[in-house]
Amino acid sequence: MMQQVSSDPLLKVENLVVEYAVGGRTVHAVSGVSLEIARGETLGLVGESGCGKSTLGRAVLQLRKAVSGKVLFDGHDLTAMQGDALRKMRRRVQLIFQDPIASLNPRRRIGDIVAEPLVISGVADPAKRKQIVDDVLSAVGLDPALVGGRLPHEFSGGQCQRICIARALVLNPEFIICDEPVSALDVSIRAQILNLLEEMKARYGLTLLFIAHDLAVVKSVSDRVAVMYLGRLCEVGPSEQLFASPAHPYTALLIEAIPVPDPDVRPTQSVPVGEPPSPIAPPSGCRFRTRCPRADARCVDEVPELRMVAPGQFAACHHPLI
Amino acid sequence: MSDTLLSVEDAVVDLPTPRGNLRAVDHVDLAVGAGKTLGIVGESGCGKTMLSRTILQLLPKKAKLSGRVMFDGQDLLKLPPEKLRKLRGRSLAVVFQDPMTSLNPVLTIGTQLIETIQEHLELDLAKARQRSVELLAAVGIPAPEQRLTQYPHQLSGGMRQRVAIAIALSCEPKLLIADEPTTALDVTIQAQILDLLAREQQRRHMAMILITHDLGVVAGRADEVAVMYAGRVVERAPTPALFKQMRMPYTEALLAALPKLDAAPHTPLPAISGRPPDPTRPLKGCSFSPRCRYATERCSTEKPSLVAAETPEHLYACFHPIAARVPA
Amino acid sequence: MATLELSLEDEAGARRARRGRRLGMLFWFAIGWMVLVFAVAIFADLLPLPSPTDMDMLERRAPFSVEHWLGTDGLGRDELSRLIYGARISLIVGLCAPVIGVTIGGALGMLAGYFRGRFESLVVGSMDVLLAFPPLILALAVTAFLGQSIFNLTCILGVLGIPAFMRVARASTLTLARREFVIAAQALGASHARILLRELLPNVLLPLLAFFLLGVAVTIVVEGALSFLGLGVPPPISSWGSMIGEGRESLDVAPRLAFIPAIAMFLTVLAFNLIGDTMRALTDPRQGAL
Repeated sequence: MMQQVSSDPLLKVENLVVEYAVGGRTVHAVSGVSLEIARGETLGLVGESGCGKSTLGRAVLQLRKAVSGKVLFDGHDLTAMQGDALRKMRRRVQLIFQDPIASLNPRRRIGDIVAEPLVISGVADPAKRKQIVDDVLSAVGLDPALVGGRLPHEFSGGQCQRICIARALVLNPEFIICDEPVSALDVSIRAQILNLLEEMKARYGLTLLFIAHDLAVVKSVSDRVAVMYLGRLCEVGPSEQLFASPAHPYTALLIEAIPVPDPDVRPTQSVPVGEPPSPIAPPSGCRFRTRCPRADARCVDEVPELRMVAPGQFAACHHPLI
Repeated sequence: MSDTLLSVEDAVVDLPTPRGNLRAVDHVDLAVGAGKTLGIVGESGCGKTMLSRTILQLLPKKAKLSGRVMFDGQDLLKLPPEKLRKLRGRSLAVVFQDPMTSLNPVLTIGTQLIETIQEHLELDLAKARQRSVELLAAVGIPAPEQRLTQYPHQLSGGMRQRVAIAIALSCEPKLLIADEPTTALDVTIQAQILDLLAREQQRRHMAMILITHDLGVVAGRADEVAVMYAGRVVERAPTPALFKQMRMPYTEALLAALPKLDAAPHTPLPAISGRPPDPTRPLKGCSFSPRCRYATERCSTEKPSLVAAETPEHLYACFHPIAARVPA
Repeated sequence: MATLELSLEDEAGARRARRGRRLGMLFWFAIGWMVLVFAVAIFADLLPLPSPTDMDMLERRAPFSVEHWLGTDGLGRDELSRLIYGARISLIVGLCAPVIGVTIGGALGMLAGYFRGRFESLVVGSMDVLLAFPPLILALAVTAFLGQSIFNLTCILGVLGIPAFMRVARASTLTLARREFVIAAQALGASHARILLRELLPNVLLPLLAFFLLGVAVTIVVEGALSFLGLGVPPPISSWGSMIGEGRESLDVAPRLAFIPAIAMFLTVLAFNLIGDTMRALTDPRQGAL
């Protein structure tokens, strides 16, 4: 069930399983996900809340321990690493969060916050640190002289997200996991941040895992898109191809549900497909079957494997649309 | 309009804050006809929520309001509190963004529904109960009888929002204010809830004010759209005109800044630079002028007022309106 | 690239000006009273006061006079002098005991809130045991066993304060540890010690400090209550509590002997509470951010 993308994947997730206990019951957050991200690529990861996309992002960074499976970053298995080795590896991978204000310590100055990664990684010279911090702050469109001494609450959401991006860039990482980076922002600010991410990607030669629930946003930044539902991958494929001809009924449903800002596009009376079941007791077989118009007996018994439906496009469905 | 149900005339809301006076709503005029849907679109802090609270007369105590809010022939500002309370819930209902906070967590859904119905409609318990079950079924909740004994936390977000809608609809309101009703929900659930609202609205011939930050949400569902920026309505038009013949540069920029599904990946978005002005420091000229690409000298010294385009229904506040153009 | 149009300069100025205005008269009265109490307590030895322990049996319960500004007590000791020396004891105990509580309780609470798991259960469990112990009986037992002294009294009151401080620290650590900035620090590879000290401590410190000032106020009252019952400082040293206790015997003839130390205690406790509240409101970074 591996899809080969390129000869040189920077990140390779193999059959990752993440489970955790909530109130004595097990949440099956990620159940056997395999992914590859090539160097310089942006992979979009979409899914509704509770589908495990954020957990997957954190499990890649080992912020959540995986039950089984591997996370290979540049050939090194992160799940087998501990202590110093892991800490060194983490510097090459950074994380940007949904809530930019909550991800900045309210009692520390911006200059210190952005310099923190440098301090942790052992850049001892304060003058050198300041130089790097100033460069990165200017790169994300903030004036270092004006910003450095202020506290996070003096900034708007969009500005805080710029600061978070600066903090993620300061160690010159290769890979950035963006966990819903624009969901908390207004439309006019969202476009600024998306453009900034693209700009930074080109400038610093980054590889991105872009997690979001908004398909239009994901499409605008991603080379390939992976769709997740209740802890499993439904479909992976090149963005344009996936949006033009989705193979998995869930992908089709997601695309259908997006409100289009055009009064001529009358919203199709959406298929009444109910709500996602709980990840504590996911359905047997195909997890989407309870909401799927195409489900039959086979979907109850047999877990669909991810298989190729078109060049580069993979879907886990017994009855794909293409 | 002869069948105007609600009209807001020259409403101004001032909120005193430690930073100085905050003008949340700045000379707003609006009207909603019976059975019609008005969409109010704007970014956070543009005053759209304060405007809905003005209509509901639920402004914070320290807020100062001037202007007129006429609902069904009555001036809400002059109504005694007791009458106002009867009006709310009965003919004027509201659905909020977060159903978790708008429902009482320690009361069962049944209690909350039945109490609302009994208070406003004076039905006996059995009738009110029966009506609750009908309502829950109407908003698409499976097994409504059993739901009556459940608590809000036992339901999913989408189900909670359906319950909140059922409570809002329980007394056959003439106007429903939906304040970002789907913002907290997933996209597939959002479509279901919006469909539900549209369906119930048609069935009950109810007017609706749909407040949202998402132009996509109002596009197919509102008859008329008002775009707000920095406390003011900057453009107001029937929906097709707003999307196809917009005059206000802000409307254009907002629409352009949305990522499009049919655009190729990595297309740079025409972002609006800067951010909205500090509402406690109002600008002398047009509030959008610092971010507007058409802005001239005049825009920073003089405030444009709402003027009509070709049709009297289409109003905009700009000195340099975008010329009428054919949509792409 | 659009550079940021920061117009924050004037806002910062406005904020500073506002702070000055918001403090109000009451706060300055509280500060004034505190300065006065601390000054006389610290410099008591330098003040031209009669000894607080010298008895003058001929001048028992003497009224206000030039010689004895606040009169004398039942044993003819100068009331003003006893009040000032009593302030010393009340303040020493009132400040030192919460310091013990905030240090141990704060550290335990932060560790429990950050590491969770078995350690948290252990800490919370043992604190519950400590809370379940009747404080007066504990004080009685310890003074009976170790003897009555200021040091022992401070230690008992300090230990009794630990659970409350632990709870405050743990509660704020629990909510903070889930915030993204802590996860961000973990993702950066920061050590636990660094996260606890640099990311969490500055945020936990403020609620702790506000609670500390409340703790001071409560401790002064509790010390007073213990001394009133004769479990506090050993005679002839005076503390406000023991003075009220001694004054009780002559409430009908000279009620001022009980009321003057009571008023001093009341004002001091009120001042601590007022300053604590104002400080918390002032240093909250989210204040003024719209």
